[in-house]
Amino acid sequence: MRNPLRSEAEAYRLLWIVIAGAAVIIVAAFINTWLGVAAAVIAFAALGWWLMHEPVPGAAEPPPVVTSGTPPGTHRVLVVAPPGTETVNVPNGAEVLVVVPALASTAESLTGAVDDRRGDAEATAAALEARIPGARAEVGADDPALAAEDALRLFGADEVLVVGDDGMFEAIRERVALPVSRA
Amino acid sequence: MYLFIASEIMLFGSFFTAYFFVRIVNGVPWPTPPYELPVFVAAINTFILMTSSATMHWATVSIKRGNVWGMRAGLLLTFLMGLSFLISQLYEYMRVGFNLSDGAFPTIFFCLTGLHGCHVFVGLTILAFMTIRAFRGHFTAEHHHGVEIGGIYWHFVDVMWIVVFTTVYIL
Repeated sequence: MRNPLRSEAEAYRLLWIVIAGAAVIIVAAFINTWLGVAAAVIAFAALGWWLMHEPVPGAAEPPPVVTSGTPPGTHRVLVVAPPGTETVNVPNGAEVLVVVPALASTAESLTGAVDDRRGDAEATAAALEARIPGARAEVGADDPALAAEDALRLFGADEVLVVGDDGMFEAIRERVALPVSRA
Repeated sequence: MYLFIASEIMLFGSFFTAYFFVRIVNGVPWPTPPYELPVFVAAINTFILMTSSATMHWATVSIKRGNVWGMRAGLLLTFLMGLSFLISQLYEYMRVGFNLSDGAFPTIFFCLTGLHGCHVFVGLTILAFMTIRAFRGHFTAEHHHGVEIGGIYWHFVDVMWIVVFTTVYIL
């Protein structure tokens, strides 16, 4: 669905669409009241259809694939673990960064009421950091793929281990150009 | 942004619900005799507001192309036209010949146009800050988020005026 107030240019276009719709309704209403009502119904339906069907600019483009370089002589592993994960098996001798996405429901994300979810993620991150020797853990974005992407920008990893369901695994695998496997 | 749109739709929606209830369900004549709505003045105001949207768009397009003076001129013109609209609206209130205590029709009229006027006032405040910042050189072709956001709000205010003007003054 298109957000008509996504940018100034789109808001300006919406204004002209509304002006055109209002003109049609006014003309129809002056001809006949019920014709005006019908024009209003059609205009609102057309506006709704346009908002629902107009493609969002850039949405059809494939998401960027993030790659990462690792310094020589090191093996780095990025672990993506959802809140509630108790432990993760990681390769011996590897530098490990654990990212715990602050997973939130759609309603929580929309309303910004993510403090509790972020608290859960912080607790899990702290627990995993204590349990995995030498590992560092942090809280990531509410989207696991985005959290992995963010982490890879600062932490050059050789592989990504994912703890979680198939959806999370596939989303991360599509987004990064590194070996991704299940932990 | 979706929450902002939703909250605004609910806010204006509640006032429009009252308007349609008074006018259609209760069958109150619109405008109630002997009062008359200043349609001509409102039409001029509408033209001013629509032109201000065009200058706002000009300001945004200008800064995207690196034309700082075009942006400054666009913002200043938008602010002045918005101010003209608000002053004209207040002047219209003083001369309209009815007030809030004269029944359902004037109440809804003042509430709907007043609610929109409040949005114009907020928009003018934003525009004032944007214009000052523009003249202080805060915006560039790469960094002009403040102009973009202010422009979105201004166009939204104009969209709402089209709806108010059409329903309250014309139909």
